[in-house]
Amino acid sequence: MPDKRIEIKATRYDPATDEKPHLQSYDIPFYDESMVVLDALNHIKSHVDGSLSYRWSCRMGICGSCGMMVNGTPKLTCNAFLRDYWPRAIIVEPLNNFPIIRDLVIDMEDFMRKLKSIKPWIIRKQELPLGAGEHYQTNEQIDDFRQFSECINCMLCYAACPVYGLNNEFLGPAATALARRYNLDSRDQGLKERLPVIADPEGVWECSFVGECSVVCPKGVDPAKAIQQTKLDTTMRFVLPYGNRD
Amino acid sequence: MAPPADAAKYASEVGGQTLLVDFESYDVLVVGGGLAGIRAAIAAVEANPRVKVGMVSKVYPMRSHTVSAEGGAAAALRPEDSYEKHAFDTIKGSDYLADQDVVEAFVREAPLEIIQMEHWGCPWSRDPDGKISARPFGGMTTWRTCFAADKTGFHMLHAVFQTSLKYPQIVRHDESFVTKLLVEDSRCVGVVALDIRTGRFDAITAKSVILATGGLGRVYAFTTNGNICTGDGMALAYRAGAGLKDMEMVQFHPTGLPFTGILITEAVRGEGGYLLNNEGDRFLKRYVPNKMELGPRDIISRAMITEFEEGRGFDGPHGKYMHLDVRHLGEKVIDRKLPFMRELGREFVGIDIVHEPIPVRPVQHYMMGGVDAEISGKTEILGLYAAGECANVGLNGGNRLGSNSLSECLVFGAAAGRAAAQYASSAKPVSANPVDAMLWDEARRVESEYLEKKGGQERIGPIREEMQREMDAGAGVFRTKEALSRLARNLGGLRERFEKVKIDDSSRTFNTEIVAALELDFMLEVSSTVVFSALAREESRGAHARRDFPERDDAKFLKHTVCFHTNTLAPRIEYSDVHITTFQPQARTY
Repeated sequence: MPDKRIEIKATRYDPATDEKPHLQSYDIPFYDESMVVLDALNHIKSHVDGSLSYRWSCRMGICGSCGMMVNGTPKLTCNAFLRDYWPRAIIVEPLNNFPIIRDLVIDMEDFMRKLKSIKPWIIRKQELPLGAGEHYQTNEQIDDFRQFSECINCMLCYAACPVYGLNNEFLGPAATALARRYNLDSRDQGLKERLPVIADPEGVWECSFVGECSVVCPKGVDPAKAIQQTKLDTTMRFVLPYGNRD
Repeated sequence: MAPPADAAKYASEVGGQTLLVDFESYDVLVVGGGLAGIRAAIAAVEANPRVKVGMVSKVYPMRSHTVSAEGGAAAALRPEDSYEKHAFDTIKGSDYLADQDVVEAFVREAPLEIIQMEHWGCPWSRDPDGKISARPFGGMTTWRTCFAADKTGFHMLHAVFQTSLKYPQIVRHDESFVTKLLVEDSRCVGVVALDIRTGRFDAITAKSVILATGGLGRVYAFTTNGNICTGDGMALAYRAGAGLKDMEMVQFHPTGLPFTGILITEAVRGEGGYLLNNEGDRFLKRYVPNKMELGPRDIISRAMITEFEEGRGFDGPHGKYMHLDVRHLGEKVIDRKLPFMRELGREFVGIDIVHEPIPVRPVQHYMMGGVDAEISGKTEILGLYAAGECANVGLNGGNRLGSNSLSECLVFGAAAGRAAAQYASSAKPVSANPVDAMLWDEARRVESEYLEKKGGQERIGPIREEMQREMDAGAGVFRTKEALSRLARNLGGLRERFEKVKIDDSSRTFNTEIVAALELDFMLEVSSTVVFSALAREESRGAHARRDFPERDDAKFLKHTVCFHTNTLAPRIEYSDVHITTFQPQARTY
């Protein structure tokens, strides 16, 4: 099929010259069934229009850079196959709910602040010295938090979250899932330090349990579950004596 | 733009361009936010809590290519293992080009670093008793590869990055691209960096600088490496006068997915997977009979190419391939030990590896060569250090063993961080005037070469693609004088075309085309060092296989190749001695 082609409509926006974002159409060759939306963008940038800006790196669904709206759904573009859309056009836009820096590039500084705010590191009353070796932990104990540790910070869940869309003070899905990841880790004793952030009115309580975050997650993380568990946990801490564990 | 007399930090605007100079930025500046860079930053702070550390990275740190490492990190942690065994495996794996004192120090530090990562929250997979588990890996004689399922790099990077957030002394400059090292009186005193988001040029000064920018895989077309692996740190150091060591030593991993080059981890074979040719034959019995699928990467990649050439590969739409078969392991083992491989197969190939073999072929993966550095990361330039894949401290020689590189990032990242912090504590402050002029010159250079240039017709994309195809063809698994010489000429032609490059994007905001141009400039630079180093090494050793010189030649080439920058495409090549302590070179058979 040497002549197969596909239309890509991509958001263009330069804050210096454009009042608001608009779509630009590109007709590009669809020369291999393995092509993904990211390949199409790379073709445009290399051969048609070098000024199109977007982020990407690993092209294997693990670095989390290339999240964009693909026909209205948040996707990793390295993993969105053209064959699933062809012969229709594909509209590629920056992730919803974030300020746009340029073209398909969003401003994610808000998440970087939120990530830091939940103290995403092992907190212990007393650090084990290196010479004492590792903390013992069974694979079953890892299973308690494993899925929440799989978050690649791709921001798809924030793009899908209607609450974050209305109120960006909301801690949001990925940051809550990562807080949960540490709170459930048998090596960690930092729940009390994280509680003020996650139990804040802008923390988990803001979530209206739409569950879209878990639907769009490309890594099978279930942030909605993390949020509901955290709600339960924070309630239990206040009403039940055993809830006051460290 | 005369600076205010007493200002330590000021911004100025000239010709629509903002320049920011900061004369007392940092004690230690780390370039690169992957595993080696972050480990270095934390080590610097832990060595001296008063040290101010900057970290400049062209991407957010968690996007760094460490994230794609899969199989594991090697360390002699188990009772049946020993430092000596790990050292010998590494040295034999290197085809005796590793510096043995460096290897001996590495194997002692690696277990401590694995424990450190455990304390920082890395979810290492565990044995039933709760201890950190290990799996077999290529070229290793015992189980010593610690792993977090098959996303080890991802988990290590996120653990160390998230841990780094607790240190207020570490200040990040995310999405900033370093274009030049500031060198004053033969001492590195910082960098010039393009802030990608704003288009501003910053002089970020520091008493010491650590390069931790990773590899250069993107000089090849078929590579496991992400888009960001463009040899930046190597090119920066090379242009500043440091040597690049053993650049001919490029690792080709046996198992990449055709078309994309996505890595299928060696752990697939570690867990018992078979490599099969088109006759259903475990062909490695003819090449590495004692190790089979757990032979070293250089030899297995050559075996696969040889099988292809003799007609025993499968033919596919994206070239020849072999089968990597894990069906006999069963779903339970695959889901526990190799879940990401199942996901990659499903998502990117459309197969379930529980029921179907995985198509694979050799793919560029890692650079043994890099910035010539001592065991502490110290380079020939005062105040400049290097660690991780962009460095060559002498650990990997002619061929790196799988799972030694994550440990390398930890051990040598930490060493460089400590050494740089110590040097910074006694180093003189950075003086203002030359930095000011250097920033101005560098900003003008980038402006005039790319943004303001009129009349160029060449595009970046086609030049980059041609470079990548040429490198695949001329500097791949097997090399000859003829192909390398042709490649050298063609790289010269591409450099001439690059001088006429035209940028479409005139915006100052998040201009990724100018970043791509700067990266291509660096890639053309480091490609030439690969080619000329490979031409000069007239023997076959480790990953460097010359069809015209098929034997290892210890009398002539038990030496490191060191390239220095000249005004032409061809570097000046010198040789330095390999440090041999315990293990005398012997024939390398498996």
